[in-house]
Amino acid sequence: MSFISVFEVLGPNMIGPSSSHTAGAAAIAFLAQKMLAETVEEVDFILYGSFAKTYHGHGTDRALLGGIMGFNTEDERIRDSFELADAKGLTYSFSVDEEEKEVHPNTVDIRMTGTSGRKMTVRGESIGGGKVQITRMNSVKIHFTGEYSAVIVTHQDRPGVASHITKCLSDREVNIAYMRLFREDKGKTAYTIVESDGALPSEVAAEIQKNPYVSEVVVVEP
Amino acid sequence: MYEFDCAKDMLGLCEKYELPISALMYRRELEGTEAGEEEIDGKMSRALEIMKHAAHSPIIQPKKSMNGLLGGEAQKLDALYQTGKAPCGDLVSRGITYAMAVLEVNASMGLIVAAPTAGSAGIVPGTLLALQEIYGLSDDALLSGLYNAGAIGYLAMRNATVAGAVGGCQAEVGVASAMAASAMTELMGGTPRMCAAAASTVLQNMLGLVCDPVGGFVEYPCQNRNAAGVANAMVASELALAGIPQLIPLDEMMDAMYKVGKRIPPELRETALGGCATTPSACASCQGGCAGN
Ligand code: SF4
Repeated sequence: MSFISVFEVLGPNMIGPSSSHTAGAAAIAFLAQKMLAETVEEVDFILYGSFAKTYHGHGTDRALLGGIMGFNTEDERIRDSFELADAKGLTYSFSVDEEEKEVHPNTVDIRMTGTSGRKMTVRGESIGGGKVQITRMNSVKIHFTGEYSAVIVTHQDRPGVASHITKCLSDREVNIAYMRLFREDKGKTAYTIVESDGALPSEVAAEIQKNPYVSEVVVVEP
Repeated sequence: MYEFDCAKDMLGLCEKYELPISALMYRRELEGTEAGEEEIDGKMSRALEIMKHAAHSPIIQPKKSMNGLLGGEAQKLDALYQTGKAPCGDLVSRGITYAMAVLEVNASMGLIVAAPTAGSAGIVPGTLLALQEIYGLSDDALLSGLYNAGAIGYLAMRNATVAGAVGGCQAEVGVASAMAASAMTELMGGTPRMCAAAASTVLQNMLGLVCDPVGGFVEYPCQNRNAAGVANAMVASELALAGIPQLIPLDEMMDAMYKVGKRIPPELRETALGGCATTPSACASCQGGCAGN
């Protein structure tokens, strides 16, 4: 059994009222905007399961919108996120999907468009106690939690890319906690996600980017 | 060296190293994470700071909750206390005021520390801050109290549950109250064994409490139960400090609580399909927006 820290008992520090419906929602949206890696201009949230049923009374909507604006789970601006989003000119919508049953009870799909026109859809699940997992990026099933520093590399599914990524990291003495490859079909677009124990050196992204099959590198720090 | 997975082992280590539960838990944290003293101390001080703010701010400035069921309770309790006529006495009165204040903050989208959950977040700070005010304890003493409370909560997380959806309110408010009872016992000069006895007592006294929040939202009766959790903690601690031993050790009560929790029907585990949530008055207050109609 993995170590349970005293701060998992006395924590998270969070905007109420619910660790799963409020804090978890903010955490998912916060990670999503980090993955987009630019300011979100337009966002649609599709809510499933218990999120779909009770999102308003739990402030799930405010928490999601706050997270998209880069507020973390402790940020008291979450309470006013509608007003703040309007003031920033961020376009947003919420819809519910109560038909889909094959999802975790607290699931949200976040469709984002950034200031450069870049688009991305991220699916997140709030799994209790404020903990979350990202389970989908565009149409590909992925998995990461945001608890560690992570690099998300978008690349073509070709031999040598994985070893290039590992080399870039080991050259800088990064201790890899997890490394996984996610892909839809063999030979097409793939995502490699590496989670590391400590913070990642700033030049790592540029180094990984040098491989010709790599199209994008995003670093997500917790 | 300092890791333990049950109360029995925890007490064994306290005796072996001659440490109170708080110090053992602190060393366990240092040993088990990569963080150093400075980082850990900073995090715990920050938690205490958030707790203090949440316990005090609604007394000055009450806030309506998201679903309108709460707001102003802490201010009313404070007003009664200020008249000098609060019948429960200073310690209980301050404790319940602060506990209810924290739930008011939580329900109005303010900043709190889950302890161990958001719904039960008032009990540990309520108890500790009342002790500080009435007995003049230092912040350092309160920080130790948080480590002690954390040890009990950790055991519940590890060996039972702290989720209302899994084990009912006995797992949320019950565990929070057990944490507070143990912390209070240490701060009032009790031994580690007395702390564990106090925690065991609370679990006995709150055994079977169902989770039935009106409308499915963490507001009502959650806030009342945070006040009750403080009182329960204080009662259990006084029994322990008087030297009353408990027949049932804490590990066995954790296990009993978990087993009872699993036998609580789903209607009474956070689904708002029974208990307080389906009383006629609760349903009327919900105006059809209720989660489990
Ligand atoms: S009734 Fe349920 S939601 Fe409310 S405090 Fe108890 S366990 Fe939490």
